[in-house]
Amino acid sequence: MVRALAKTIGAAYTRANKPWNISERVVTAIVFLLPALTLFTIFVILPMAEAASFSFYDWSGYGAVGDFVGFKNYERMFGHPVFAQAVFNNFLIIVVSIFVSLPIAFLLAVLVADRFPGVSIFRAVFFIPYILADVAAGLIWRFLYDGEYGLPQFLAGLFGGEAPYLLADKSLAMYAVLVVVVWKYFGLHMIIYIAGLQSISKEVLEAARCDGASWWTTLTRIIVPLMGPTIRLTVFFSIIGSLQFFDLIMPLTGGGPQNSTQTLVSYLYNFGIVRLNIGFGSAVGVVLFMICVIFAFSYRRLLMAKE
Amino acid sequence: MRLNKFAIIRYAALAIAVCIVCFPFVATVLGGFKTLGELRLNPLGIPMEWTLNNYAGILGAPELWQYLGNSLFISGMTVALTLVVASMAAFAFAQIKFFGSGMLLNYLLLGLLFPVATGILPLFIKLRDLHLLDTYWGVILPQVAFGLGFAVLLMRQSFKALPAELWESAQVDGCSYFLFFRRITLPLSLPILSTVGVITLINSWNNYLLPLVVINSESNYPWPLGIMQYRGEYGAEWTLILAFVTLTIMPAILLYIFAQKYIIAGLTGGAVKG
Repeated sequence: MVRALAKTIGAAYTRANKPWNISERVVTAIVFLLPALTLFTIFVILPMAEAASFSFYDWSGYGAVGDFVGFKNYERMFGHPVFAQAVFNNFLIIVVSIFVSLPIAFLLAVLVADRFPGVSIFRAVFFIPYILADVAAGLIWRFLYDGEYGLPQFLAGLFGGEAPYLLADKSLAMYAVLVVVVWKYFGLHMIIYIAGLQSISKEVLEAARCDGASWWTTLTRIIVPLMGPTIRLTVFFSIIGSLQFFDLIMPLTGGGPQNSTQTLVSYLYNFGIVRLNIGFGSAVGVVLFMICVIFAFSYRRLLMAKE
Repeated sequence: MRLNKFAIIRYAALAIAVCIVCFPFVATVLGGFKTLGELRLNPLGIPMEWTLNNYAGILGAPELWQYLGNSLFISGMTVALTLVVASMAAFAFAQIKFFGSGMLLNYLLLGLLFPVATGILPLFIKLRDLHLLDTYWGVILPQVAFGLGFAVLLMRQSFKALPAELWESAQVDGCSYFLFFRRITLPLSLPILSTVGVITLINSWNNYLLPLVVINSESNYPWPLGIMQYRGEYGAEWTLILAFVTLTIMPAILLYIFAQKYIIAGLTGGAVKG
């Protein structure tokens, strides 16, 4: 079928002379774009648009769409302390990603950007937590944090004292989650930084060395400024990634204890999907959508305009 | 001299970082070789008495293989469909000038701006109406749709970077867009296709939220759902869970070891330039 299609289009194209080229071109463009646009519209755009409309209803998902309730779902959400907690936790994740993960990733990238014996092993090791499924990573850390078997128990054995159940402690659980966030995601940013560092021309660095610039001066005065666009890109990825944070939460805490580790998406899951509260869950989805889109547009406007 | 000192400091710093990053993996793999009693006394060290029971039990039971098989089918189809659909779209955007091209590209790129979670409830209703709930395709199709923005963006950039002379001379020879796409663009774009393929594979292999919402029967579970199920069943038997985690993360690590060069080559754009 593909072959036949190729022949038809090919033959038509060969036959056509100048005036016909335009329509051939349009036909090809339509045929090539149709599958992507169809899939994208059905499974991405329509659900989003429907979320906007469902968010005004109270509906369990069965039978006809339920009662129109206006902004009641939104009012309930904004009045819910757990929602505020989830927003705050997302904010924490963003702050930690930008101010802890990115600098670590940058430093390691600088160390492994050029060729030396063993470099590929180092890069591989640092990148592996990122390609690992969040669910698996979450379970591994759930074990490490376990008060009976894991790290706290081990340390308590060494230094004496009671082993804390980190993930069961409302005031500590979120910090424990943040450690995993850094461990899990710095590798992605490191790989992006390595790509950026390798595109810096060798001549510039050579010139700096000839002029007697120290390693530190070269780093802060030449490399970091040249990496500006790459750094802005990783900040962008960190924030968008943090906003959809979910998979790691489930095996670690499931959002608990007492909802202290909910994120926007785990909140949506626990209060919308699990309870099959289509209207309420959609309202949470709409808010998440607004946050992402407003952020993305303003960020690109303000900080990535040059690229 | 200065270079040597730098090299030593660098190796030392990297060695420390490696230890911190690897420590959870090592504890996990070793934990699978311990008995529950030993894990309690010696959670992180090398086992005093190595037991193969945990690993052997899991490898001998059908669950793990079932989960991995489901995941393999879902990710395999996701990658194949993404590559076909996205490369065609990317070609249209990169090579063909037509009215509305920029607008349509921006439309597809909207998908990069918000996560699957935002519309997950309406998506659930839609999949139910299409009778795709609890099927592989109910996971595959939305995954492809959500991956398109990223795939098209990368591929379009790469297709555009191919020398313009190629298309000019092909045109002179009367080559159609479709033939040019198949005979010239795709063969010259293997690095970017590999990159997109590998990244789509990893995303799909690790996806949790979408299957969690779409799939109900345990026999259809991809492995991230399976592992959570396993954890639910065996509760505090950490030795079994650690062995199970070790076995399920192996494929991803192997894939990374073999595909690493494609990821790096694709990211640094060291391919076709001349």
